[in-house]
Amino acid sequence: MAELPQVKPVGTRPLASAPPATPRNPAAATAAGAMEVAFEISGFSLWYGASQALHDVDIRIPARAVTAIIGPSGCGKSTFLRALNRMHELTPGTRIAGELRLFGENLYGPAVDPAVVRRRVGMVFQKSNPFPTMSIAENVLVGLRLNGVRDKTVLQDRLQESLRMAALWDEVKDVLGRPGSSLSGGQQQRLCIARALAVQPEVLLMDEPCSALDPIATAKIEELIHDLRANFTVVIVTHNMQQAARVSDRTAFFYLGKLIEYDVTRTIFMNPSNPQTEAYVAGRFG
Amino acid sequence: MKRFFDAELETFRSQLILMGETAIEQVRAAMKALVESDRGLADRVIAGDDRLDKLEVEIDDEAVRYMNLRAPIASDLRLVIVGMKASHDLERVGDEATSIAKRAIKLSAEPPLKPYIDLPRMATMALEMLRDALDCFLQVDEARAIAVCKRDAEVDNLNRQLYRELTSFMIEKPETISRAIELMFISKSIERIADHATNIAEEMVYLSHGRDVRHSEEVKKVTSG
Repeated sequence: MAELPQVKPVGTRPLASAPPATPRNPAAATAAGAMEVAFEISGFSLWYGASQALHDVDIRIPARAVTAIIGPSGCGKSTFLRALNRMHELTPGTRIAGELRLFGENLYGPAVDPAVVRRRVGMVFQKSNPFPTMSIAENVLVGLRLNGVRDKTVLQDRLQESLRMAALWDEVKDVLGRPGSSLSGGQQQRLCIARALAVQPEVLLMDEPCSALDPIATAKIEELIHDLRANFTVVIVTHNMQQAARVSDRTAFFYLGKLIEYDVTRTIFMNPSNPQTEAYVAGRFG
Repeated sequence: MKRFFDAELETFRSQLILMGETAIEQVRAAMKALVESDRGLADRVIAGDDRLDKLEVEIDDEAVRYMNLRAPIASDLRLVIVGMKASHDLERVGDEATSIAKRAIKLSAEPPLKPYIDLPRMATMALEMLRDALDCFLQVDEARAIAVCKRDAEVDNLNRQLYRELTSFMIEKPETISRAIELMFISKSIERIADHATNIAEEMVYLSHGRDVRHSEEVKKVTSG
């Protein structure tokens, strides 16, 4: 796989009009060896109307690492993922309580623009969704163009950089004008990843990105995730336990909207503290 | 397609090869300490057993981690399983080397019963068996592994022959009893080292094609006698 170009946070707008209270320093750590925290979440709850989907979640998700979210259907893992970039707000009647900070900034602050949140925290979905009427190149650049980027050199550079980072460049460099929908399932998913990376997010959220893919396409996405963690924070929801074990550094187990256990992946899969966790990872849940 | 965790399997294989080389070196050094009555070398062999113990724990830990987090299939799974078993055999080889070294120290206090010829010859055969079995980690060779099992009979025969000789010594000259007994134990240790080499060779056959030849006629016939 091609070496990942260094990500430069060019043109990152602050979440609110005022500068952030604690400016982010990517190289900072509070002490030698301490992990840098991407998401600091405390007492976080979420309701869809009267129904509570998340209960008092406390979790610190490390930066430039892969965190897997696992749990049975209906446990709140996709809801939790969507809360990380305020995507749940597209569903009417949702409300939250508690605090959710990204590199120290409150994502739910009163002056925060959700559109800016979603640029800093990109998302890739289970069913790949390239814009059907757009070409491969147009798909990748749509986010930049919507943000007013017009400089052809910047667009061209970012197009190549994003497709390289998504391990798709070699396969599509001669057919960039073809429709995004002309690609295979696995390629379309990598196109969606390139599209998300083009706006230079700090975080990439992935909601069961390989569920619809065959084993080879899945392996390519996993290799990609492994490479992306050098520069990006990745949070991945997966129901594939072996995938979580392979790709992630830390794993969080959710059940009935609660965070049951959260630890380094090896511990969750080798000797979890909670019997519910053990039952789930061993396939004895339910 | 190369996966990002393939390097972990290569490191695992390298650790096994390192453990094999260390075990072979321990046996060689222990035999040298015996033949040359070198107490200093014997002491170093005894102290060096720690490394093999640590390697066994590391290899087993990595095997469990790999099985847990990578869910290996087919030859990858066989490599991990064989690695765990081989690490146990190699740790026991190390223990036998330590035992030989301790007896070498005891024997160095008195002149040898006779020049050391048979024991070094046995040890060379056992070490060659171990070398051939371990080389299969680098390049799996089923025929070579099965040949190792055949040679175990020779080592067994030499051990029995030495027992008879030493028994005669003890009957004729009771003052040789304590030395003869130490030599019998050393011979037994070398015979056990050859057995461990045979175990590893059987594991290599399993690694190559998933055939379990332990206790089968294929190896049983050739080791009887």
